[in-house]
Amino acid sequence: MFLQQLINGITIGSTYALVAIGYSMVFGVLELINFANGSVYMLGGYLTLMLYTGLVGSFGLSFGLGLLLTALVGYTIDRFGLRRLREKKVPKIAGLITTLGFSQIIENAVRIFFGSETKPYPNMLDFGQVTFGNVTITSSQVIILMISILLMLLTSVTVYRTKMGKAMLAVSQSQEASQLMGINVNGIISLTFMISSILAAIAGTLVGMYYQNIDASMGASVGMKALASAVLGGVGVLPGAMVGGVLMGIFETLGASYISSGYRDAISFAILIIVILFKPSGLFGRKQINKV
Amino acid sequence: MSEVLKVSGVTQRFGGLVALDNISIHIGQGEIVGIIGPNGAGKTTLFNVITGIYHPTEGQVFLEDTEITTYKTHEIAKAGFARTFQNIRLFGKLSVMDNVIAGMHTRRKTNLFDAIFQTGRRRREGREAQEKAEKLLKLMDLWEDRHSLASSLPYGHQRRLEIARALAAEPKLLLLDEPAAGMNEQETEELREMVLQLKQMGLTIFLIEHDMKFVMNICERIYVLNHGVLIAQGTPAQVSQNQAVIEAYLGEED
Amino acid sequence: MNKIFEFCAWHSGKLTVGALALAIVFPFVFTSSYVLRIAITVLMYIVLSLSLNLLVGFLGQMSMGHAAFWGIGAYTAAILSTRLNLSSLGTFLAAMVVAGLFGLLLGLPVLKLKGYYLTVVTLGFCEIVRLVELNWMDLTRGSLGIAAIPPLNFFGQIFKSSRSVYFVALVLVVLAVYVVHSIINSRVGLAVMSIRDDDVAAASIGIPVFRYKVMVFIVAGMLAGLAGAFYAHYISFIDPSGFTTSASLDLVILAIFGGQGSIPGAILGTTLLTVLPETMRSLMEYRQMIYGVIIVVMMLVKPDGLLGRVNFKYIRQRLQMKAEKEAKA
Repeated sequence: MFLQQLINGITIGSTYALVAIGYSMVFGVLELINFANGSVYMLGGYLTLMLYTGLVGSFGLSFGLGLLLTALVGYTIDRFGLRRLREKKVPKIAGLITTLGFSQIIENAVRIFFGSETKPYPNMLDFGQVTFGNVTITSSQVIILMISILLMLLTSVTVYRTKMGKAMLAVSQSQEASQLMGINVNGIISLTFMISSILAAIAGTLVGMYYQNIDASMGASVGMKALASAVLGGVGVLPGAMVGGVLMGIFETLGASYISSGYRDAISFAILIIVILFKPSGLFGRKQINKV
Repeated sequence: MSEVLKVSGVTQRFGGLVALDNISIHIGQGEIVGIIGPNGAGKTTLFNVITGIYHPTEGQVFLEDTEITTYKTHEIAKAGFARTFQNIRLFGKLSVMDNVIAGMHTRRKTNLFDAIFQTGRRRREGREAQEKAEKLLKLMDLWEDRHSLASSLPYGHQRRLEIARALAAEPKLLLLDEPAAGMNEQETEELREMVLQLKQMGLTIFLIEHDMKFVMNICERIYVLNHGVLIAQGTPAQVSQNQAVIEAYLGEED
Repeated sequence: MNKIFEFCAWHSGKLTVGALALAIVFPFVFTSSYVLRIAITVLMYIVLSLSLNLLVGFLGQMSMGHAAFWGIGAYTAAILSTRLNLSSLGTFLAAMVVAGLFGLLLGLPVLKLKGYYLTVVTLGFCEIVRLVELNWMDLTRGSLGIAAIPPLNFFGQIFKSSRSVYFVALVLVVLAVYVVHSIINSRVGLAVMSIRDDDVAAASIGIPVFRYKVMVFIVAGMLAGLAGAFYAHYISFIDPSGFTTSASLDLVILAIFGGQGSIPGAILGTTLLTVLPETMRSLMEYRQMIYGVIIVVMMLVKPDGLLGRVNFKYIRQRLQMKAEKEAKA
């Protein structure tokens, strides 16, 4: 029972981690919580499904096209919203409200164009299951976990090992200095948004297949959990977001089965609040000395 | 001469870095004392320790006879230290007048109850605050700007407003962190006159400054800090001839 | 535009009286229950947006859990009036006390946190409160909600007609405006706004930053609780689905849209954002999406909100100064 719940928790948690990375990356470069990230996650799941059932017929192709489109949406949020605010040097809160606005637009556009009812989702990852004693592992779980780990590795390598990633880290330290060093700051920020959108869209598709259904309100709740995961791990620290996501998944599955299923989400938030109170910088974040 | 500030054996470490190493200083009633030193010497850190923004790793800080080492910043302000900041920290969306009145916080008593029920105390204090602010603003030559937003003031005026705000707290010791920084010669001269005027009013002042002429002109005693260590102290004449001080400053240039 | 602001600043007293008079006459001119329903909603949201503005606009603390306090107030009133038959005066006071207590309970541990940590913790708080409302069946009847909440009644009088409910709501708005206005124009308010502009400098002049943050959190919670109690009696049925995190986010938008730290801004912004979707009824399904577009465009055009950069008090003072000078010359 415990082991089974643990496995379920890790699976769902790894998808939270993908979304959490997006929050963490955007926060890293802009010091901004991108509230549209949860909606982008939901949108990614929808686009794959709608392209698959409506137009293309090939799941792989739909998936690829879906990712491309969500990346474009991520780009749009920055290019036509946030970048203009940066140019005007307005208070950060305006950026935050802008992402809330985009979140509204995306969520309601999905309701209008695709309908607000829960839709069945095909599971392309179902190749059977293995049972050890009373623990069952499905192929979906294995594949989701593998894809997530692969993406986490890929993102980490991109951010910490490539020139582009180093530019991102530079921008997160100081936009002005990066500009002077010849880094295309706006380009890097756009890229950050596209990567975080793609990760969220992949997560949205994986979760759609895992639960075999999807609805327009899933963005809000998963978005919040992923944001909480990012903070739990330490905002701006990628491995933190990953561990935070997985832990969040584990907490809520175990909490749901051992404490009360009604309080599933409350448990993870309660843990988050307790962690922040004792270690405000999150599990892996660095403490800052306030300079005067 | 009674001491307003006494710092005794203060050491401040940040991780492995020793920002202040066993510093002891004292400032008497009515004195103007300067502290100089190359960039990164630990001058502002010392101010931060004195005003409770950092709590020292070792050592003690006294305000008159009270030990305030572990006091919080706002408690220290209430006890009698007021300061300005190296990179000006005003309340940007408040008017010049409101910045000064906010500075009187510890000297007023209006609470939430008075505020909501518009008590007599609130009205009386409001009037008194206006009058006191008028005096301070005229003193610092900001009266014409009184209803402008603090953030809209020119640089030199912002520096003076910070001093006015600190004065509003009626401090026993005024700490000025590079008050002349970024000012042109004329503005610096005006500032010098204002500071001298404050001294005549009996104020005790402790200031950090890079402008040597300003410091030498105005301070009665000077402390010299280098790499967190106090390397010299004395009158301006003594300090400017001190070998260690000359080396510290020459060393910085190459 | 500046001329208009100057005019408003100079005549702010008269304009306030005029607006109040209009608000009093309004329900006698527009008698349709549909219009009055919208008007009542606007008034209740004004109380909420003013209370959140106290936190976000005046104190500068981004709370994203404000709907929780609204819900706590609503549930307090609903439970006390259905089970103990308490009159509305009692439930209003109780709602304020309970919501204020939760403000204290949440504020004490979390107000030391800065920036986005506070944002996330308050979001989490809102979610936890909603889940408690959803799961504590004995107290709240969970997702079934609490029905048949008695209508507003004060001193034996029942307020059931749209018009009378409207006036109760108007009184609450006047009360909220008065409280917020009194606070911000006092020593307490100066301290609060100082903290918003620079908390280190505020501490350096002796302002106990943490204590003031908790105080404002409690007052804001109480006002939201009051709005909640009103809501429960007015709508007569509540369930946890009204007090979600997304409701909290909507409240943040209401509080920011009109202008942070501006009372007229909060009133104007809330009215516009509540009425505007209603005028788009023919575009029913596009309504929410257009709402999103309005918000994005608004931030691009006026990132501080409609009146965020307009301080009528200072404009008036400057005008007075100018007039005095001219009189001398």
